[in-house]
Parts: sequence; C-alpha cells; structure tokens
Amino acid sequence: MSGIAANEPSAEAEVVQRGSFALTVRRLRRDTASMAALCVILAVILLAVVAPWVAGITGHSPIEQFRETGLSPAGIPVGPGAEFWLGTDQLGRDVLVRLAYGARVSLLVGVFASMLASLIAVVVGTTAGYFGGTVDLVLSRLTDLVMSVPFLLCALALVSAFGPSLMLSVAVIVFFSWAPMARVIRGQVISLRRQDFVLASRSLGAGPLSIMVVDILPNLAVPIIVYTTMQIPNSIVFEATLSFLGMGIVPPTPSWGGMLADASSNSLYLVAWWLIFVPGTALLMTTLAFNILGDGLRDALDPKSARTVRRLRHRPKAGAKP
Amino acid sequence: MIRFLASRVGFGAGVLLVLSAFVFFLFFVAPGDPARMIAGDKATESQLQQIRKNLGVDRPIVVQYGSFMQKALSGDLGFSYRNQQPVAPIILRRIPVTLSLVLGGALLWLSIGVPIGIMSARHVGSLRDRLGQAFILVGLSFPTFVLGMMSLYLLYFMPKQAGFTLFPAGGYKALSSDPLIWAWHLALPWTTLALTMAAIYARLTRGQMLDVMGEDYIRTARAKGLSERRVVWKHGLRAALTPLVTQLGADIALLLGGVIVIEQVYGLQGVGALAVQAVANQDRPIIIGVVLLGGLFIVIANIVVDLLYVLLDPRVR
Amino acid sequence: MAILEAKGLTVDIPTEDGTVHAVRNVSFAIRPGSLFGIAGESGSGKSVLTQAVTGLLPNADISGEVWFEGRNLIGLSQEEMRRLRGGRIGMIFQDPLSSLHPFYTIGAQIAEVLHAHETIGAAEARARVVDMLGKVGIPSPAERFDDYPHQFSGGMRQRVMIAMALILKPALIIADEPTTALDVTVQAQIVELLDAMRRDFGTTVILITHDLGLLSSVADDVMVMYAGNRLEYGRAADVFRAPAHPYTAGLLRSTPASYRPGTELAPIGGRPPSLLATPAGCVFAPRCPEALARCANERPPLRVYDDGVESLCWLEAGAGRARPVAAAATAAVKAADPEPVAEIEDVYLTYQTGSFFGAKRSLEVLKGIDLTVGRGETVGLVGESGCGKSTLARIVAGLVPATSGRVRVLGKDMASLNARAWRKMRREVQLVFQDPFGSLNPRRRVGAIIGDPFRLHGIASGEERREKVRRLMEMVGLNPEHYNRFPAEFSGGQRQRIGIARALALNPALIICDEPVSALDVSIQAQVLNLLRELQRDLGLTYLFISHDLSVVRHVCDRIAVMQGGRIVELETAERLFADPQHAYTRTLLSASKTLPAFAGGGERVLVETRGLA
Repeated sequence: MSGIAANEPSAEAEVVQRGSFALTVRRLRRDTASMAALCVILAVILLAVVAPWVAGITGHSPIEQFRETGLSPAGIPVGPGAEFWLGTDQLGRDVLVRLAYGARVSLLVGVFASMLASLIAVVVGTTAGYFGGTVDLVLSRLTDLVMSVPFLLCALALVSAFGPSLMLSVAVIVFFSWAPMARVIRGQVISLRRQDFVLASRSLGAGPLSIMVVDILPNLAVPIIVYTTMQIPNSIVFEATLSFLGMGIVPPTPSWGGMLADASSNSLYLVAWWLIFVPGTALLMTTLAFNILGDGLRDALDPKSARTVRRLRHRPKAGAKP
Repeated sequence: MIRFLASRVGFGAGVLLVLSAFVFFLFFVAPGDPARMIAGDKATESQLQQIRKNLGVDRPIVVQYGSFMQKALSGDLGFSYRNQQPVAPIILRRIPVTLSLVLGGALLWLSIGVPIGIMSARHVGSLRDRLGQAFILVGLSFPTFVLGMMSLYLLYFMPKQAGFTLFPAGGYKALSSDPLIWAWHLALPWTTLALTMAAIYARLTRGQMLDVMGEDYIRTARAKGLSERRVVWKHGLRAALTPLVTQLGADIALLLGGVIVIEQVYGLQGVGALAVQAVANQDRPIIIGVVLLGGLFIVIANIVVDLLYVLLDPRVR
Repeated sequence: MAILEAKGLTVDIPTEDGTVHAVRNVSFAIRPGSLFGIAGESGSGKSVLTQAVTGLLPNADISGEVWFEGRNLIGLSQEEMRRLRGGRIGMIFQDPLSSLHPFYTIGAQIAEVLHAHETIGAAEARARVVDMLGKVGIPSPAERFDDYPHQFSGGMRQRVMIAMALILKPALIIADEPTTALDVTVQAQIVELLDAMRRDFGTTVILITHDLGLLSSVADDVMVMYAGNRLEYGRAADVFRAPAHPYTAGLLRSTPASYRPGTELAPIGGRPPSLLATPAGCVFAPRCPEALARCANERPPLRVYDDGVESLCWLEAGAGRARPVAAAATAAVKAADPEPVAEIEDVYLTYQTGSFFGAKRSLEVLKGIDLTVGRGETVGLVGESGCGKSTLARIVAGLVPATSGRVRVLGKDMASLNARAWRKMRREVQLVFQDPFGSLNPRRRVGAIIGDPFRLHGIASGEERREKVRRLMEMVGLNPEHYNRFPAEFSGGQRQRIGIARALALNPALIICDEPVSALDVSIQAQVLNLLRELQRDLGLTYLFISHDLSVVRHVCDRIAVMQGGRIVELETAERLFADPQHAYTRTLLSASKTLPAFAGGGERVLVETRGLA
C-alpha cells in the first residue's frame, strides 16, 4: 500500500473550530471592553423593563406634571434631589421615570428596526449577488436609488404628510437602513459564489436555493451578526434624531430624543443642565456599548480577521552580541 | 467614456424623477387640504375654490406634476404661500450657510480623521492604536445633536456664566462681512460636525490601510529601499484612497441636504433649518423644493465621484 | 571570499500562538558571481531567511551573523538596511501582478529606485530605465515606460520586476520563487534571463524555489531546507546526483520530475512539523525512512564529505542507495478498446464580452475539440494557462454549455438533457478541484461535505449516510473519527483527499481532476497521485486529468492530449508522446519542463569531518 500514510493532525495542531459557539463565547468573555459593554446594555434593558416599578417607587408617572413641587416659582425645572432623583423637565415631569420609559422606545425601535432592515438586506443582497444578470442589475439599481435619497429630508417630507407616529419612524428607519448592508452582503455573496465549493455543490446537482441556504448563508453569519449589532445603535440614534426634530414619537410619550428636543427648545438646558446630560449620557452610553459589542463580536467570531495584533512582549534583539 | 457618463447622468436623472414624483404625489395622498391650510379656518368655500384654482389643484394630478417639472427645469420651484415668495430664491439664500458648514467641516474632519486612521494602522495593537480606536468608537457613538448641545453648554454657557464669551451661541455671519467672525461663529458647528465624521473616516482609513499595507507591492516598495514615510504615504495611502474618495463624495452630498440637526442646535439658518420650519408650517412647496435640491446634490456628487474613480484607478480605464 | 556569509542564523517570529522558529541555526557561504539555490517546501523557512537578512521582518528576533560587503547585516540600523535594499541587494518576488503597484506606471516604479538611492534628474532616470527595460527583453521600451502593470502579461511583468531589481546593478539579487506563478514556457525564459543578467553584470543570484528540476539545471550551489533547518548543502551537481541527506533523497524520489518509465513515485510519508515546537532530535526523523533510534532523541551532527557536501544527519555514509520503486505488479488491466465514457465531438465555445468602454467582442476559447475517454482510462489534458483545458473540463462536467458541437456522456447528449435528467447525470460525472482551500466550504463539517452527494440525491440518510461517509474517508486515507471537524483543521493534502472522497461518493463513471496537485507541496503531491492511481485500480475509475505540468501527467495518464490556444495539437499515448513528440508546441513544452538527472544514492562519499557532536 503506497501513499496512504498516517494522517493524524499532529498533536500540536490548533483545534480551530471556527464558528463554534463555545469558543466564540470564550473569546468574547476574555475581551473586557465587550464584557463592560454587555453589562451596560443589560443595565439599559433592565431599566426599560422595570420602568413601571420605578414609577411606582418614586410615585410619579412618566406623564404626570408636578407644577408645584417640580418647578420653581419662576417656572424653571427643579434639579436632581430627594424628591426627583434626576430632576424634572419643563413641565415638571420626573426625568428618571421618563428616562426609564424612554429606554423602552429606544431599545424596541432600535432592535426591531435593525433586525427588519437586516432581513431585507440579506434577502436582497443574496438574491442580487447569487443570480447576477438582470436580477442583479435591477436590485442593485434599486439599492443605489435608496442610497441616493436624502433620507432625513424625505423623512421630514413623510412626516409632514402623514404626521408623526411610532410606526412611521420605524418604517422610515428600516427603509433607509437596509441599503448599505445589502450592498455589502451582495459583495460578499459575489466573492463566495466564485469559490470552488459553490461550483462543487452545483456540480453535485444542488439547486440555487440549496446552495444559498447551505453553502452561502453560513459564510455570511459573521457579517450578518456584526452588521445587525452595529445597526442597532444607528437605529437608536436615527430614532432619537427624528424625535429631536419633532418627527418621531408623539408627546407626551417619553423618548430620549424627545426629552432632548424639549431641553433644546428655548435653550432651556442652559439653565437646567441635567436636561441634556441625563438623556444625552444615556444615549451616548447605549450607542457606545452596542458599538463596542459589535466590534468585540466581530473579533470573537472570526479572530483571523481581527485587525488587532496582540504583540507579545518584545525582547531586545540579540544581534550585537559578540 | 461617453457611454459611461451618459449612463451615470441617465441614472441621476432617474433618481431625481423618482424623488420628485415621490415627494409630489406624497402630498396628494396625505390628509389635509392645501387650500384650507393656506387660507386658514375662516375662509369661505368660494374663497377656497378661488385659491384652489390659483394653486391649480383642481387639475388632474399628473398634469400638475407635469407642469411643476416643466417649471422646475427652468428654475421656478413654485410659490410658497406662507412666505409669500417664490420658493427658489428662499432656498438659494440659505445655501451659503449650509455650504460653509459642510465644506469647512469636511476639511476639518479629513485633517483629523485620516491621519488618525493612518497612525492607528501603522502601529496596530499599540497604545496609539487603542487610543485611535477609542476615538473612533466614541465619535461614532456620539449622536450629533447631543454633542452639539453639550458643546454649547460647556463652551458657551459655562464661560458665559463665568463672565466671558468663549464661543458664540450660534447664528451665522456672512463670510463677506468679516471672515474671522464668520469662522468664529462656525467654530463650534464645525467641530461638532467634524468629530462625528472624523470617526467614520478614521475607521475607514484604518481599515483600508491595514488591508493595503499587507499587500505585496508594499513589500516590493520596502525591498526597493524606499523610506518608510514614502512607503506609507505614496504607496499605501494612494492605494487606500479610492474608497475614501467615494465615501467623501457621498457624505458631502448627503450632508448638504441633511445637516439639519446641527443647524437646529446652533440656530444656523441653512437649508436644513428651512426644511424643519416648512414641516412645522406645512409649507409643501418648500419641502418639495428642498428635497429636490438634496437629491440634486447627491446625483451630482455621485457622478463626480465616479469620474474621480476612473481617474484614480487606471485598471478601470 | 564569499559575497554573503551566514553563521548560525536563527530567526524567531512571535505570534499569537507562540514563537515560530522559522530558521534554526543556518550557515552558508555564497561565492561571488554564482547562482545559489535554496530549495525547500512551504514552511521550510527559505523565504523568511532572506527577508530577515534584508531587514524586511522588523518584528522578528534574529540572532547570528550575516556578513555582506564587510558588514554584519544583523547589527545594522533600519536606516542602513534601507540603503542596502535596492542599491546593493535587489529582490524579486513570486507574483509580479500583486508585487507591482497597480496605480503607478512601471516606468515610474523603476525610476523610483534610482531616485531613492541617487540624486538624478527625471530625464536621465527615464533614459536609464528605458535602457534597462530593453535589456530585459521588453519590446518598445520607450513607449511601454508609461504603461500600467495590468497592461502586461505575467512573463513581461516579471521582466519588469527583474529590471527594477537590477537597475542599480546590485551585488546580490534574491529571487524568491520568481517562476512559480508563470507558465512553463515562460518560466524557462525568465530563468534564462536571470542567468544572462548574472553573467552580464556579474551579480550573484540567490534563487529560492521548491522546484528541484529548475535548480538542477541552473544552480551552482544548493542548500536544502526543511522546517527551518539546513539539512544539506553543497555543489548542485553533487547534491542532485547523489544526495547525502535522506530528505533530499526522498524529495528527489517523490518529485514527478524524476520519473523513469516503469517506476512509481515514492512519497515521503507524514506531514511537515509545526514550527512552534523544537524537537528533541532530528527534525526530519518522524518521516525519515532511514531513521535510526538515536535520530529521534539526539540532535544530529554536521557531516562534511570530501566533495564539499555537508549533511545534518546521524548517518555516516549518507542516504542509502536509492532504489527505483518498481511499478506495482497488479497494474490495472486496460481493455484494448474500452467503451467510451465521454465523447467530445467538434466542440466550440465562444464567450461574448463587452464593457462600458468598448464594443462587444467575442472570445473563442475552444476551437473544435475532439476527444474520447474510454472506461478505465486516464486521459490527460495538458496546456498552459488560457489554452482552454479548464473550460473543456467544465463543459464535460455539464456546468457550462458548449456553443456548438456535441458532448456525450455514457451515450447521452448533454445538450438534450432536461433539468431532471441533468441532475441524474450529476451522479456520473464528478470534479476534483485544484484549490484545497477554496473547494471546501469552511463553515461546514467534513462529514457533511462528503455526505453532500447522498443528501442531494436522496440516497442515504442518518446513520446509513454516516456509515458510507466513514467508509469513504477510510478509502482515501483519512481518519473516520475526524468526521466532525472543519476543513481548517486539515492540511492541504488532506483537504484534497476530502475533495476526492466527495467526488467518489456516488461512484461516478467519470472523474475530472482539474489540477488536483498543483497547489500542493512536492512531497504531498506524490501521496495524492498515488492515491488516485490506487483508487482507479481498486474501483475501476475513469479519469480526465488536467494539468499544466507534463511530468505530473506522465505518471497517471495513459493517453495525453496537448492543448494550445483552444485546440488539441497532439493526442498520443503517454510514452509515445515523451519519446517522440510530433508537434512543435509539444516539443517546446517538453524541453521547458525539466527532468532531473538520474541519481544513484550517496554511497561513494568519504566522510571527512563531523562537527557539533556533544
């Protein structure tokens, strides 16, 4: 018998089971920044969940106005103190409670809009990338069209026509978020399609659906997860921006963007600093946390593509020794 | 070449067509009666009829759209009843403000973001890189309006409380009157815009440079004995430039239509602020005009970027 | 007086997984004006060595001495090293397309070398560059100065690289696999050019390659590297005629270039070791057929022989006399007139291409192909890049429709198949691909990949499928317990075995092997080729074997078709083709592929000295 030699992967060979869930979790756990980010996200989720409980403890509902206790005689909101832990806003409403309820809006819109946008992006991108030809031409032109549209202006136009609402905000965010991701997915699918293993599947008799689901999709898992996670903070900020411009959530329902909008009207925040620093920091922390987590996820899922090279301690060169 | 240009212009025209149709027809499915909105609640029915005839809203929609497009092509973007002025001059007056903001900001964010990206890429994994990446993360995560308001608080209000004026509260002073005052008023808006955008460009540059510096032709450049600076800037950056240029074109165009938030925060009377006012006033002709203008900017920018691409990458020719 | 002399050179590279010992205690001396060959497979450290010496690896830990023009390169500062590069030491790399900057003209890139090391005006620089381009054989150099790299062919680009390396007339040129990415006929031209330049300018050339045939024809001295160690060193003629080290002998025996009629390839068993660990004894011991007991535990000393050959080995007399392995007695009995499995008649393939800038053009890839593959046969398709052999393979596999002509597999016309029949046909024709990395889905487990044919055709499922897959894995020499591993955990050779197992699953009538060993190391090539032959013997398979390497094809094929420019220019049995080629192109191909001189084993040497015994 010739040629069939022992083919054990040698003992020192690293067991690189890429994509294995346990390994990914382990790598993620070792990344302190991501872990901190995860804690922040969990804290925000917690805040959103216990919002009614917070309202109960303080005894203030999110829309109730406390004109006597919450505003000074001149009508200026009261700062953080014993009664209102994070102060009041221009109508005497409890900022802390509104913050908690606002977290619900931000998270719901952010996560939901991102997932929906991702779904559309994957379907469009994969179809365009895999089939090529006319299908690709049409879908690509469509993607280009959506990306060529000045989105904030169009959002404004839509709102002025239909009036602000939560549904509209979500629809607008989804409509303008899927296109960049679809383009990226399309690029990935095109380069995957050229690989031999896709050709091998085709030569084995696999149909297009089978190839897309079994061969291509698993290779897209990493970009999909990372992009969706990165999309969440974008959606949250988009929603906050819409609310800030008066186009998003209808008051008096609290939203972080709306709270910031109230703060900026008449430059109120200049005399009531907590009105921007509280919701502003909350917004910043949340988006920062999601961005860090997204980066961390990308590094944990596919370490070879990690753009950081952890250098070992550099020993001095021995060259000049006689 | 001609074919290429023609196809890009064709596509651009298509975008504008779709955009204008979208925004035009939008107002016809929207609730609300334009005549009543203009005339107010106390108008009689006959008065409303007269206004409708003046507006031309009694004609079929498609005809209205056709006549609108015809007029638009010659520069007449309609008439704003709220402001009792034609739309086009209103918008044109606002353009210098937005232009100053965006172009000045672009210069600033490029000179901050690109070098940070390069520095991060050259010293991957080191403290410098980590600082660069922290800058990128924070910049990306800071919503523009939050940054704007916080800046105003810290750099205008607090010094004001202490008795001096570090930066003005906003507002725009024309370049023609005094360049220094013009720049001083725009300093905070520029910085706010630039910090968010610089983060995007730093990340893009860093990623591109990391890709490029691992290429074989960089190794050849070093093997030729070129200085490291030459290798990074002449060979490395040159290759990484194309996506940066594409992104720059897209961003400038987008921003020209959309620095709405910054204009709001700093009280700059630019195109974006105009749009917000128009929404509040339900002034449809202005909204249509602004949206079209925004679309036009994007289309022009796309064509310019495509041409630049051909210039930058000889393989495409 | 050596122009470059290394003493105890060691290069360690810190990585995430540990320290990679890329080069371990290597010494050599290069005579001025000679062509010094460094031979080795991937991972041997041959490229790292030269890159470390020229300062292109700033992260590495380098110790030892390397003397060049009176200075020790190891202690020099980055700035001093930079001045040497390009000026005194020129470098040429493997892939000229990726090694040239795509956005600058070739003239500008070459002129850059001049400007970096001398103060010189633009006009004078241009004149010198044009002159150099002419010397390396670029036609119309003055016009082509302003052209971009993508406007040149592969061979031309490599000439540009050579011009760039030689323009300052350096004392030393390091050519790192300069011909690997090129066609066979172009390879010969480039090597000839290098040799000519060497003679004209008196430059010393270090030629790094895995191609032993190439070295045997041009090198003066040679150094054989394995896993970072220098195992053998001496005059090329001596080493290739009678290798002293068992590794060199094994390489020579397993490389297809040393084929003799009636013999089989004798591969080197096992795989190269990881560079992270330092073995206790000889690094080659686990794979060495002549290993002694002490080889695994004690570091071998350096044996110096009377003809100047040095070998790092415990064997005093050097490698045993190489016995050509006789062809297996049970050679497959080939029917005299086998029934046809695939019939290709007058096939044409024309591509329509068009771009934004130009009018639509048609590209004729195949211009009338006639070929028949009989059951149990192995038919080889040989040709250089662009001749259309891969395209023809895809047509036979049914993946691409021919523009005209007929392709029949098992009597059925491919063009007449409806979708369902086409799917059924998949079971009869299968492909084995070239790239072991791209042909397996990195995100799927090996068992799932091999079991795909069963899944797609609904043949077996669950435990039955697993059983079949395990049996296939055993058949190709893989451990069936690795069923659940991902492709990334296997070596290149093992991945090719996985690909072969996948192709075998449905017991197809025809297996098309598209360059199955081209991407593998020499010692592994032999393993896979032998496996293919064995499977054919045991299972009665029929192969259509595509390759650009004539010597590989000689081993496995009964008949060989030589393709050029979309046509078959010669179709003959293997032996007649090599003995008496009819077509001019076949003759060119044959003369370009090098065969190694017969070697007899190292028994005639006399051991003169032994160094390094503890």
